[in-house]
Amino acid sequence: MLAYLTRRLTSLILSLAVASLEIFLVVEVAPGDPARFMLGINARPDTVAALRAELGLDVPRVERYLAWVGGMLTGDFGTSYTYRAPVTEMIADRLWVSLPLALYALALSTVLAFPAGLLAAAKRGRAGDYGVMAGTQLGIAIPNFWFAMLLVLLFAINLGWFSAGGFPGWENPALAIKSLTLPAVALALPQAAILARVLRSALIEITGEDFMRTARAKGLTRGQALWRHGLRNALIPVLTILGLQFSFLLAGAIIIEQVFFLPGLGRLIFQSISQRDLIVVESVVMLLVFAVIMVNFLTDLAYAIVDPRLRRRA
Amino acid sequence: MSRTLITGALLTALVLAAALLSYVWTPADPEAMTIADRLQPPNAAHWLGTDHFGRDILTLLMIGARTSIAVALVAVGIGIALGVPLGLAAAARHSSLLDEVISRGNDLVFAFPSLVIAILITAILGPGALNAILAIGIFNIPVFARLTRGAALGLWSREFILAARVAGKGRARISAEHILPNIANLLIVQGTIQFSLGILAEAGLSYVGLGAQPPTPSWGRMLAEAQTMVALAPHVAIIPGLAIVFTVLGLNLLGDGLRDTLDPRLKVQRL
Repeated sequence: MLAYLTRRLTSLILSLAVASLEIFLVVEVAPGDPARFMLGINARPDTVAALRAELGLDVPRVERYLAWVGGMLTGDFGTSYTYRAPVTEMIADRLWVSLPLALYALALSTVLAFPAGLLAAAKRGRAGDYGVMAGTQLGIAIPNFWFAMLLVLLFAINLGWFSAGGFPGWENPALAIKSLTLPAVALALPQAAILARVLRSALIEITGEDFMRTARAKGLTRGQALWRHGLRNALIPVLTILGLQFSFLLAGAIIIEQVFFLPGLGRLIFQSISQRDLIVVESVVMLLVFAVIMVNFLTDLAYAIVDPRLRRRA
Repeated sequence: MSRTLITGALLTALVLAAALLSYVWTPADPEAMTIADRLQPPNAAHWLGTDHFGRDILTLLMIGARTSIAVALVAVGIGIALGVPLGLAAAARHSSLLDEVISRGNDLVFAFPSLVIAILITAILGPGALNAILAIGIFNIPVFARLTRGAALGLWSREFILAARVAGKGRARISAEHILPNIANLLIVQGTIQFSLGILAEAGLSYVGLGAQPPTPSWGRMLAEAQTMVALAPHVAIIPGLAIVFTVLGLNLLGDGLRDTLDPRLKVQRL
């Protein structure tokens, strides 16, 4: 286990290093000098040079990269060019919207997918299965931002049950959760469809196993056997997808936040891109990539603990 | 032929036909703005109604289909053109440094949240259809590289490949002449899936304003523009979304149907 852990940890650190370098390079080649952008087109060259020096843009790129990475390791993401505020604080504020949203959506998609996947597997080849499968095909094909608009049309505009957008803050948790509900449903739907399909196929594969036949021979119905013995064994592929989904949800939240005018990381990225606030763009993207790589790492680790055979194969 | 395949093929053909037809005929002039006729629900003159500038929605949808299809198709092309040779090379030199580099490179690209990076790329290079293609295409490369490598590895130990090696053929030639034709089915199926994902990605990018720019109609931007009018004229928001759903659904069904028809063994494993 120790050798496995060392190997995975090395590859984790390498991935993060390469990712940070790539993000830095992509953002650095961006046309448009932040200092010139902030001062407008009529600024005098010496003013621009002074601001560049103040923002630390006149330092060689290698040094800037090292300073950025070094800062992140100590939790200091630098100072925003436009807001002159610590990026760490800006991200932390926005994270309080995006992270709960992604978790909320993850919970919803799991709650929707498990009964659907179990039902489809238990009723394989019958009406219930076809119904669920048709539903999931549709769920996969629907762009979540469009689904979000339909939700707004129905539940906010026509029925008036929810607000059409905005976020009241966490002072009133019930209200905050309510305002995240439509966005979470919109995010969860396509993920639930994928998860239900994976769960169904994993369960169907397991139905052919000897221990399932034994369970049926003992007198359990197909549904009972799946519930008591099948589900636990089908969880490995399902866990993989759940791990992957978390990253999709965090990223998908970027577009959904636009639909609902939520002040999350997505809005922050778009604002900073249009204002050429490179340090914020770099940091937010790095944070998202970090989250994805970490979740993948933890999922791998969880398997290795659950299933010792995987330690050798990886 | 399965019902899935036929339904998928019909839906896909319908969208392709509408896109092609738009080159020679559209119900109305796509740039003609008649403000007096704005936000009309579907009627005899405008089968799918009009938008906030009084433009014919069916016309915009037909031309928008061109954008969506072109972006997704070229993005799939990029994935196949670069990913397949990489996968073939990695499999031909299994466990070599080259294989290791290609495989780790794939893992790395997979680790990135594709949508975030696509947004980053288009935001940095500037919005537009070309940059959207690039942003979507990059993430298709590892998909095809990994699929090709996995499938090719299974073939390299087969007897007919051994026979080709005994006959004196080199690794590159075996890859092109014997491996590639045997994995073509898989690539076609994956191609339709990536195509449908490309349509969704393009719609998402143009929805946030990073896809094709005005006056080129695009489905995603039609939705973005409709958002503020959804209460006044729901059809403006509902119809372009339905177009996306039909296209993606058609391609997914086509992919599923093709998979079952081309390789019946895969039926058991289908998701």
